[in-house]
Amino acid sequence: MQILISQLRFAATRFAINRALSVALLLGPVIGAMLAFGTVAAQDGTKKDAGSEITIDNFTFTPKELTVAVGTTVKWVNHDDIPHTVVEKKTTFRSKALDTDDSYSFTFASAGTFDYFCGLHPHMVGQVIVK
Amino acid sequence: MAKKGFDDHGQGLGRREVLECMVWAGTGVLWAVSGGVPHSVGLIGDALAAEPTGFTFLQMSDSHIGFDKAANPDALGTLREAVAKVKAMPIKPSFIIHTGDITHLSKPAEFDNADKVFGETGVQIHYVPGEHDIIDEERGKAYLERYGKGSKGAGWYSYDDHGIHFIGLVNVVDLKGGGLGNLGAEQLAWLEADLKDKSSSTPIVVFAHIPLQVVYKEWGWGTEDGMQALNLLKRFGSVTVLNGHIHQLVQKVEGNMTFHTAMSTAFPQPAPGSAPSPGPMVVPADKLRTMLGLSTVSVMQGNKPLAIVDKTLAG
Repeated sequence: MQILISQLRFAATRFAINRALSVALLLGPVIGAMLAFGTVAAQDGTKKDAGSEITIDNFTFTPKELTVAVGTTVKWVNHDDIPHTVVEKKTTFRSKALDTDDSYSFTFASAGTFDYFCGLHPHMVGQVIVK
Repeated sequence: MAKKGFDDHGQGLGRREVLECMVWAGTGVLWAVSGGVPHSVGLIGDALAAEPTGFTFLQMSDSHIGFDKAANPDALGTLREAVAKVKAMPIKPSFIIHTGDITHLSKPAEFDNADKVFGETGVQIHYVPGEHDIIDEERGKAYLERYGKGSKGAGWYSYDDHGIHFIGLVNVVDLKGGGLGNLGAEQLAWLEADLKDKSSSTPIVVFAHIPLQVVYKEWGWGTEDGMQALNLLKRFGSVTVLNGHIHQLVQKVEGNMTFHTAMSTAFPQPAPGSAPSPGPMVVPADKLRTMLGLSTVSVMQGNKPLAIVDKTLAG
């Protein structure tokens, strides 16, 4: 799965560079350079997304604390043989039960500190800080 | 302590022995109650010789129908083995108390399969839900539709049988972040009202999924407001607390209260603190059935002892 994601990311990046290059040829070097700069920024963004995954192993959220930018989609993946849920303390978000290898994603549209826990095993806690 | 057992030759226990029992023990022991004080009278194997002559019921727990991972690829199969043991009992139990986690994922087919196998016992089953039984989309509706008839709130209730007052509590709903199992104010108020007119000499059996007392806080093995329920039960001469959730035998005696957690029929879990986390424990295939099982509770008429015998699927 991880391999597949990196291949997709590689393809997307190559497509973006190709497009930036052809646009640069058409519209001249100045705009081309700006777009190329944009592509680099997008690549950085992709890297950030790769770091916004929270895994569940041995009844533990990892990383326990995660800081992301506004607009980031965070994905929780359960690797345990026992189902878990992800519930925000003020129920801003609540997943359904995640069986083994199931995942849940939530996009943080506004800044803040979000404390969450497993609704089935509430001693499992974590925090997402959105800046 | 558990390995030693007590043989008091019918003399009853002194304060010292009772205090010695006030630690959690992890192996199977036959418990007996005389004069309101429970005491162990032998190990599982020794105890089986004593045939129940009075009223008996069973505790079964944590069937996890639908579980198919390495720790036990066939949870329905091991439930069938447990039910075969029930059917082979020389004296039919009056009923079964199931202390939750009937299913693994609250799916209709899992409930159907469980009902079908449990139905083969031919005896009534009193259920309370585990956290695995209320993870349908509507969070517990599937459980209540099947088993909640005549119950209050999330599925709690009480009934009387053979002079004993039985109370089924629900401590797996509306759990708070960072906390343990939870009964909630509404259920505690109901319990207080339920016990109000009961004489202190009425024997009480209270059952719920997660242990009412804290067994191991780090793994969430306990109930946040469990002590409030136990305080309401303190005035009674004989209180037996039956729980599941932790998939292993743990027993404790405190004053007139006996605490007992049952084995699962699906998979074992590690002893508290002996692994990085709780969860299904993979053991060698020939060991699995020694860690799964069910419990028989015998209640003798008159001033005779009440006993809990835990039997594994290997025995």
